[in-house]
Amino acid sequence: MEKFKTLTSRAVPLPIENVDTDQIIPARFLKATHKIGFGENLFRDWRYQKDGTPNKKFVLNDATYEGSILVAGENFGCGSSREHAAWALADYGFKVVVSSYFADIFRGNALNNGILPIKIDEEKLQRLLKHISENPNATLHIDLENQRLALGDIGLDERFDIDAYKKMCLINGYDDIDFLISKKDVIKTFEAQNH
Amino acid sequence: MKKTLFDKVWDAHVVETVPDGPQILYIDQHLIHEVTSPQAFAELDERGIPLARPDRTVATADHNVPTIDQHLTIKDALSRKQVEMLTQNCTKRGVTLYGLGHQYQGIVHVMAPELGITQPGMTMVCGDSHTSTHGAFGTIAFGIGTSQVAQVFASQCLLLNKPKKMRITVNGRLNDNVLPKDVILYIIARLGTNSGTGYFVEYAGEVFENMTMEGRMTVCNMSIEMGARGGMIAPDATTFAYVKGREFAPKGEKWQKKVAHWQTLPTDDGAEFDMEHEFDAADILPMITYGTNPGMGIKINGRIPEMNDASFDKALQYMGLEKGQSLINHPINYVFIGSCTNSRIEDFRMAASQIKGKQKAKNVTALIVPGSQQVAKQIKEEGLQEVFEEAGFEIRQSGCSACLGMNEDKIPAGEYCVSTSNRNFEGRQGPGARTFLASPLVAALTAVEGKIVDVTEMELV
Ligand code: SF4
Repeated sequence: MEKFKTLTSRAVPLPIENVDTDQIIPARFLKATHKIGFGENLFRDWRYQKDGTPNKKFVLNDATYEGSILVAGENFGCGSSREHAAWALADYGFKVVVSSYFADIFRGNALNNGILPIKIDEEKLQRLLKHISENPNATLHIDLENQRLALGDIGLDERFDIDAYKKMCLINGYDDIDFLISKKDVIKTFEAQNH
Repeated sequence: MKKTLFDKVWDAHVVETVPDGPQILYIDQHLIHEVTSPQAFAELDERGIPLARPDRTVATADHNVPTIDQHLTIKDALSRKQVEMLTQNCTKRGVTLYGLGHQYQGIVHVMAPELGITQPGMTMVCGDSHTSTHGAFGTIAFGIGTSQVAQVFASQCLLLNKPKKMRITVNGRLNDNVLPKDVILYIIARLGTNSGTGYFVEYAGEVFENMTMEGRMTVCNMSIEMGARGGMIAPDATTFAYVKGREFAPKGEKWQKKVAHWQTLPTDDGAEFDMEHEFDAADILPMITYGTNPGMGIKINGRIPEMNDASFDKALQYMGLEKGQSLINHPINYVFIGSCTNSRIEDFRMAASQIKGKQKAKNVTALIVPGSQQVAKQIKEEGLQEVFEEAGFEIRQSGCSACLGMNEDKIPAGEYCVSTSNRNFEGRQGPGARTFLASPLVAALTAVEGKIVDVTEMELV
């Protein structure tokens, strides 16, 4: 996994609540046997019209907005546990998702794939959404070490929470597999004693 | 300290607690299938690491397989590739595979219990949310994402925070015609689809004590539909009798030792739960869902509630139903009896007993999809096959089928289906398909009548 320390980027606003994983990546795209390539179908049914042409009104098809930060409405990532949702976001190029609430399983899946989910309170989320919608060039600054999300233009400088272990993983570009492999001996001993 | 069933099994599997972080939980048994494993195998390849315990891993092909002509090459290219990848990966990594055509192939949550792979006191995982099914044996069993499948491949462990504990007690005697499916649909309707978030559930009380293992599996299967990680039921004589003698069950002296251990697992008197709910069996009637999540359920002779809420309206609009409406006599063109919730032999016996000597209604397409090859074999041996065939039902080969509509078995857009599966989400059984979740009894009688009938006070044959 790539190391994550700080990120300065423009952001893409998605002011929709309860974005479920079926919207992020519809079930019919789950037949693939690799993790890459899902970005093409990210938000497929919002991004494309029934005839396959791009829906110009959808934010990802609007060249005004760009960046590796997605700012979305409350309860992002609810529904099916499919990790493909996190792969699709990562493959598309998102490194951070900001929302006022994340579904549990999605949050875990995101962290396991190097995407940082940042939870901020609803009022600040609305301010953020409004500002980036109106000022597509606004840049956000994220500092994982100090757990801060800042947008100078509107005087936003927020501390966000992250589990100490997960933070360590992201900063070192470690994932759970690397960590578990480093624990091989302890696991072997446990196996020998218990099984 | 007084411990719950969940505590006892969990604590016995903690390898280490990371300071300020999660716990390393040892996994006894890992089940895999074609849809959520390829990326995890690829992870091993990319890192150049071995599969830690192939001997604790068992595979089957179920989600994306056809239910007709399983002996032929799969027609859909992507499905074929997924199934082939599973075979290649299992061969390469030394994993036992019950693939298409194998006598043990089946839906992963039907296959493992019937082979005695599922045993009390174990930790079990699978890249499928209905892994909670195995909790019926007093097992900690839950669904995981593909990254976690890779973690288990690499280390036979998972990094997890211990969930909170909830107990749901149902005492009393069940009414006539109330099946385990009705019990769990009732619980979810009462508590809601988010009530279990962050919890592991224990089902306790007379109703579950008196249930067969098949019934307990139906209940635990749907724990995830109230948002819980999993659900479990204390192992008892019923559990031991079910496991005993099965292919992978311990034998001889080992068996005695295991049973002695399993008997220590039930929750201690006075052990504490973070949340408790209690229901009276007498209040439960045959159930059916009317909306687009499993919590939108009513007693079959009840009426759709009158609620003013945008998502409620959206659900009813999708279903083509009205507030305050009764579902009795609602015409139905499709009936699906299958899925890991209700595709065990007991379910088909129940259905067959109601169908025997009758004909399905002309308008109905009725699908019988056994949960496994073994169940399919039993259906034949017990003479149920003739009953279904004579009644005009279509018997398919085993797999997930119309539960998720990933293969060709889909319900057409706009059509209603009474289904014994576990999810009635928009498009779950096919784009635009409208699902009513119910028990195998309700499903069988619907197929015969061509419409939903009130089974509440019916005298059954
Ligand atoms: S039958 Fe349905 S719910 Fe069960 S494992 Fe298959 S797809 Fe999942």
